[in-house]
Amino acid sequence: MLNEKKGISRGAIITLMIVLVVCILTIVLENTINPNSLLFTVIRKAAVYSLVAVTMNLLNGFTGLFSLGQAGFMLLGAYTYAILTIPTDVRDSIYYLFGGAGFHFSTVSFFEGIIGDSGVAGFISMILGVLIAMLVGGIVAAIVAYLIGLPVLRLKSDYLAIATLGFAEILRAIFQWDKLGKVTNGANALRGYPTFADFNIKNAQGITVLRLSSFIPILFAGICILIIILLINSSYGRAFKAIRDDEVAAEAMGINLAKHKMMSFIISSFFAGVGGALFAMFASTVQAKTFTSAMTYEIFLIVVIGGIGSISGSCIASFLYIACSEWWLRFLDNTQYINGNQLPLFKNGFRMVVFSVVIMIIVLFFRTGMMGDKELSDLFNKKRRKKVKADE
Amino acid sequence: MEFAVSQILSGISLGGQYALIAIGYTMVYGILRLINFAHGDVFMIAGVLMVYMSASMPLYISIPAMIIFTVLLGFLIERAAYKPLRSAPRMSVMISAIGVSYLLQNLALYITGGQPKTYPRIPWISKTITIFGARTHVVTVVTPFLVIALVLILTLLIDKTKIGIAMRAVSKDFETSQLMGVKINTVISVTFIIGSFLAAVGSVLYFTNYPTVVPMSGAMPGLKAFVAAVFGGIGSIPGAVIGAFIIGICETLIKGTDYAIFSDAFTFALLIIILVVKPTGIFGEKTTDKV
Amino acid sequence: MKRIFALALAFLMIVCCFTACSGGAKANDEKVIRIGVFEPASGDSGAGGKKETLGVQYANSQVPTVDINGETYKVELVYADNGSDQAKAPAAAAELVGKNVAIVLGSYGSGVSIAASETFKNAGVAALGITCTNPNVTAGNDHYFRICFLDPFQGTVLANFATDKFGAKKAYCLGELGNEYDQGLISFFTEAFEAAGGKVIADSFPTNNSDFTSYINKAKSEGCDVFFCPVSIAYSTQIIAQAAAQKVDFPILGSDTLDDNMVLAAAKGTDVKLYVSTFYAEGGNAEFDAGIKEYINANADAKTTNGGDDTISAVTAMGYDAYFVALEAIKAAGSTSPEAIKAALPSVTYKGVSGDIAFDEIGDAKRDTAYIKTADTAAGAWAFETMQKAK
Repeated sequence: MLNEKKGISRGAIITLMIVLVVCILTIVLENTINPNSLLFTVIRKAAVYSLVAVTMNLLNGFTGLFSLGQAGFMLLGAYTYAILTIPTDVRDSIYYLFGGAGFHFSTVSFFEGIIGDSGVAGFISMILGVLIAMLVGGIVAAIVAYLIGLPVLRLKSDYLAIATLGFAEILRAIFQWDKLGKVTNGANALRGYPTFADFNIKNAQGITVLRLSSFIPILFAGICILIIILLINSSYGRAFKAIRDDEVAAEAMGINLAKHKMMSFIISSFFAGVGGALFAMFASTVQAKTFTSAMTYEIFLIVVIGGIGSISGSCIASFLYIACSEWWLRFLDNTQYINGNQLPLFKNGFRMVVFSVVIMIIVLFFRTGMMGDKELSDLFNKKRRKKVKADE
Repeated sequence: MEFAVSQILSGISLGGQYALIAIGYTMVYGILRLINFAHGDVFMIAGVLMVYMSASMPLYISIPAMIIFTVLLGFLIERAAYKPLRSAPRMSVMISAIGVSYLLQNLALYITGGQPKTYPRIPWISKTITIFGARTHVVTVVTPFLVIALVLILTLLIDKTKIGIAMRAVSKDFETSQLMGVKINTVISVTFIIGSFLAAVGSVLYFTNYPTVVPMSGAMPGLKAFVAAVFGGIGSIPGAVIGAFIIGICETLIKGTDYAIFSDAFTFALLIIILVVKPTGIFGEKTTDKV
Repeated sequence: MKRIFALALAFLMIVCCFTACSGGAKANDEKVIRIGVFEPASGDSGAGGKKETLGVQYANSQVPTVDINGETYKVELVYADNGSDQAKAPAAAAELVGKNVAIVLGSYGSGVSIAASETFKNAGVAALGITCTNPNVTAGNDHYFRICFLDPFQGTVLANFATDKFGAKKAYCLGELGNEYDQGLISFFTEAFEAAGGKVIADSFPTNNSDFTSYINKAKSEGCDVFFCPVSIAYSTQIIAQAAAQKVDFPILGSDTLDDNMVLAAAKGTDVKLYVSTFYAEGGNAEFDAGIKEYINANADAKTTNGGDDTISAVTAMGYDAYFVALEAIKAAGSTSPEAIKAALPSVTYKGVSGDIAFDEIGDAKRDTAYIKTADTAAGAWAFETMQKAK
């Protein structure tokens, strides 16, 4: 608390340094070791998930709104992004089941028309198109959040959770509806839009000279998370926390409950929408059936493992969670041998059992998660704070 | 005519099966204020247990054994995953419930190896009969009566017995009843035992009608049953039953129309409407916030 | 208490690490070429994916080596479970690519194949689809191939079969909401069926639905002549059991996913008329039939995977063929490099148990006939019905 008033604290600087080192390391590694290593898939997915986890934390951890609608807002962002960026020339082949696309507008093709579609100009127009589409994805999610928020934000804790969960399911059904196929492609996947791999810089011969496909997700997610951190540290953020700690007291202090709850909900959904767009770029296809309530639970568990109310906790936890589930624990699924003897238990599905047991242990015995409600910067500040106390 | 009768019959049967699960939800919520997300998965595990046990045992042993194991599972889940969190914030308990649900699904996936399992045929109740020209299983006709009988017994239990009085006391005021000497842990355990018992019975009825068991079998019925519990007013057993029948029937009727794809969406829309208009449900008691 | 748990966890982790190491350390004296098996082992398509893998494993047990330019290489299968989930597919694909596989086989289910396509493309590895029938898998890219027929073909074949065999005028189609496989087939079926002058009523059910009585009743009351449900195995067993209970008199048509012994078990002892289109019918190649049955019966795990009996699924036969097509490509490339294999694959031809395999310019197998099988509900076995061509 003492440090907050003195501008940027030492801990914050150290945290920033760590983030910077991670970024540089990612770029260096991707350009030196095998770029197809699972490590990079994990980094990309984890970066996307950490943004979504942070948006969920903003609601659950900082405002005390128990919402389980994140997958639904991601779906909105992902679809908006994909629909806006699929180049016009491949649209009809992707919407082949519905006799071609419903409308032929693509932000990428639009900028290519203005700036040019080859070389550096093509690259810039791709980036512009992607950025605009991501932004629109976020805005669509925010607008829907506003409409949903009007009725449901009046609900209390677990009722709110189940209502938002229900809304996500309804959204999914709407996007899968074949009557809207001209726009959403019905059950079929949307694909062909720019993905992270398109951010690799190529020379004139088409040979990749600098790989940025793992750095870009970190950059995008990082910027969004930074904005959320700034928001949390503003007066609005303090109002959110007051609502979380005690609604009645907060209201008595003159905080407009409805307004602040709605604000938190909209902002969280906006960034979840952007996260959805990033997820679309990661997965290279968008299909409504991916965005199930299981996805929301997964993100929620990440928030819990990281610590409800800790931004850095959510980020670290999403890296650990994704790495464990997609990479480190994978060997549990395969038959293992020790000295030629087949070990029992090791067969398909064992990974997820072990994984869920670990999660249960964390939930039961390490209830505060890895970070509690502390941030990484607090840990670095700890020493100093102790010293301050000693001085007093 | 035949179509309408048949639709309504399958709606009633579906509603009855939801009702049995919904009672478990509503009782647990009434006492612990916890949405027991794992309840639907307990129901699914009951199905998986039955598949494996009936393979090696005759039905008259495997059905009671399955019910006992399911009850034991419900009891253990409460002891292991919810009891340690008694004093924790409500969100923690709900997270634990989501965790248990995740664990049970993965466990079922591991055991079944991802193969859909065929539920054993139970003689008599899986026989088909014809009512007004519509064909259905005997179980369809049995379900509503069984549900009503079980509800009556439960109501008696809650109104007349000592443990029932304790349950009502706990659901009214957790702390005060504790001070009055009610053994909270026993009451909660009994609640979970009753809930799991009904889920086990419900699973027999449900899977006799829809005889394929997969790890996700419990998720949808679980959610729908929860909606039914909210619709009827959470905490109220007759409310949950009526809510379940309404949802079951509406769902089947919608499936018969051109908007079949929105049958699940309808359930959730109904939930949101009822929550916004009358959050306490049809039969729910008014609760006041205490500062 | 906490400390004990932390210790136990740490111990578990260490044990895990050791097992991982012991698995990784292998004798390095022989030359190895790796083939990636990109199949679901869990999720909706888990059962089908495992049966497909079974075919690959059997083929590998028969011919475990390949000669490249006179040198003998041991073929090692590397598995990655894509969980039937598009969100998990890229990571599973990256795992295979990270293990330096020369070529990838799979997957059962088109959605995951499409989702993983980008990863294989970026790595320059060729992928050979075994039974992914959606046109989008191979369209517009030069690294994805497949040895099976496509949905437009299959939908047309089934529509033709419905009109030829039953003289059907009205069809009821039921698929899972949001599943591109089901919805794609239904729309191709509809197209062909309506072109032949028929009428189609199409419905979709939400994921994890288990009550199909309403849909069956609807088909009944509308007076439909055939019931077309190209759905995944778990749903089709439900549909068949409930159709049997409703004593429907119309035949049920299914796609290649229904060619499974779980489905057969559901139909056994009922009077449901079930017809499925598929890639291979038992009896097509006596030698293969005998061999795989022996393999399944000798291996308890394989038998469990196959659903507890030795009925041969078409996907198993396809997996078997795919393995040999991959070996042919490796031989033709004369190299273990993925690029060379990718370049060699389009011109590979192979005479498989499921028919002759050759690729067209898109990378799809040239196939003009499908097997139609019917369920012999009394004996609980598949019976060959006809070879159907698309009109």
